[in-house]
Amino acid sequence: MELIIDITLLTFLGITALAINRIDKLFCVIMLSGIYSLLCASLFVTMDAVDVAFTEAAVGTGIATVLLLSTIGATDTQQRSAPRRPLFALLVVCATGAILIYGTMDMPAFGDPDAPIHQHVAPRYLQESQQEIGSDNIVTSILSSYRGFDTLGETVVIFTAGLSVVGLIGFRGMQKFGDRQRAAGITQDDMGKHLVLRIVIKMFIPLILLFALYVQFHGDFGPGGGFQAGVIFASGFIFYTLMFGLDAAMRVVSPRTLSYIAALGVLIYGGVGVATLLMGGNFLDYNVLRSNPLQGQHLGIFLIELGVGTTVFSIMVLIFFAFSSRKGLRQ
Amino acid sequence: MDTFLAWASILCIGTGVFLAVTGAVGIFRMPNFFTRLHAASVTDSGCACLLLFGLMLQSGFNLPTIKLCFILIFFLISSPTAAHALSKTALSCGAQPTPSPREER
Amino acid sequence: MNIGAHYNYWVAIFLMMTGFYVVITHGNLIKKLIGLNLFTTSVFILYISMAKVKGGTAPIIAPGIEVYSNPLPHVLILTAIVVGVATTAVGLALVLLIYDRYGTIEEDEISLKDDAL
Repeated sequence: MELIIDITLLTFLGITALAINRIDKLFCVIMLSGIYSLLCASLFVTMDAVDVAFTEAAVGTGIATVLLLSTIGATDTQQRSAPRRPLFALLVVCATGAILIYGTMDMPAFGDPDAPIHQHVAPRYLQESQQEIGSDNIVTSILSSYRGFDTLGETVVIFTAGLSVVGLIGFRGMQKFGDRQRAAGITQDDMGKHLVLRIVIKMFIPLILLFALYVQFHGDFGPGGGFQAGVIFASGFIFYTLMFGLDAAMRVVSPRTLSYIAALGVLIYGGVGVATLLMGGNFLDYNVLRSNPLQGQHLGIFLIELGVGTTVFSIMVLIFFAFSSRKGLRQ
Repeated sequence: MDTFLAWASILCIGTGVFLAVTGAVGIFRMPNFFTRLHAASVTDSGCACLLLFGLMLQSGFNLPTIKLCFILIFFLISSPTAAHALSKTALSCGAQPTPSPREER
Repeated sequence: MNIGAHYNYWVAIFLMMTGFYVVITHGNLIKKLIGLNLFTTSVFILYISMAKVKGGTAPIIAPGIEVYSNPLPHVLILTAIVVGVATTAVGLALVLLIYDRYGTIEEDEISLKDDAL
């Protein structure tokens, strides 16, 4: 039964990928890429990767689609040139694909419990995680504790991406967005015209933010954690911006405040590492944070997930503000 | 009671699947944007909510049922709102809900 | 050649090659970025397929369950997803700046304008 669901989802993925290749209107292509991400998330659920599915649905479907739509809002919406040298490219692609498929012949069968990937360090994580870390969700314990250093790098990568986008697009453009709009004579739509949307969105935004906080703090017990929570929190703000306008949203939280919050998130994460150094342990060794090692692990994971969630939230909203303020320039 | 719940859930899920298929066929076959939007929103609201309700009946009375109930309420409110937003935008861009049949062919 | 054993990997490679094809043939910059997204997501599918254990469930400890799927590739892919979207965001910011500078996001028109300078 699972095999049938697997095969069906993979077939749909293949059809969507071929459609993305063929279609010229960029809006349709972006919608199809959102569908592709959601199908991938469903596939991940059938393959027992629930945390990954959560992240792919939130990040790949939500944020990537929103950013792509903002970009085509500020540029063209139609692809104008024909594909170049399609036959030669097809040849190269088929040759590469054939080599890769020949390479997979040696791989273990799908689902084989004796595969080498399951032999060395993964059984140790599965068996020792509850005694050493104390959290039920093994993905969270590996992400935050066993491989915490990689997650620090990941947080810094998100921070750097936000820095790059702000450096490319510029703070001053965002902050002068309201003045530019008033100078061009563009006033915000009369809110009364969108009564249904306004009321429904006002009802949903607190629930979305509450759900984001729930996901943040339940990373230990179920799928969740800092990344998903940060993205969901950011999507609440993006929702507000879409309805009430960029000007109003930037008055709620200004771009400069967001950049400070982002830096604060990375500082919390690095600060926990330095604190463990000062307390006598290794960098990011949470056992020394409290007298009881398990309590120390819980505190350490709590603090770094907070740092990750804060950084992800502020950078996603900052990037969205940067892209949206660009559209005002086009008008 | 158990067989009644089982049959009710089969009925709900079956109707939901039927609505999904008809919605998908409708998106391709309907002539106008607004009729296609109606087909899509029937899938969005009707099929999703019926499937969730059928799954709630299947799982008895425990924590997953309450979570499904929350998701059901969310869908009941957000799906028609999404259809409303789409049709409002289309109307403001000039699409007309009732073309004459001669114009469409 | 047991098809059921390797079907996931082959479809992942097919999707990878589709993404690759989109990147190398289309001249539109946004289409290229979407093709790159296709490519990265197919790599995720490859890794997560390798992590699945037959008869296992999600790696969340629950009473009464013996077999869990391997959590290590899940962690790697979580990082990769977020880094992927960060890279896409920077790429799209560059596309916006290119549009401001050249007035177009088609590669051949950009190189024509470059040659004309």
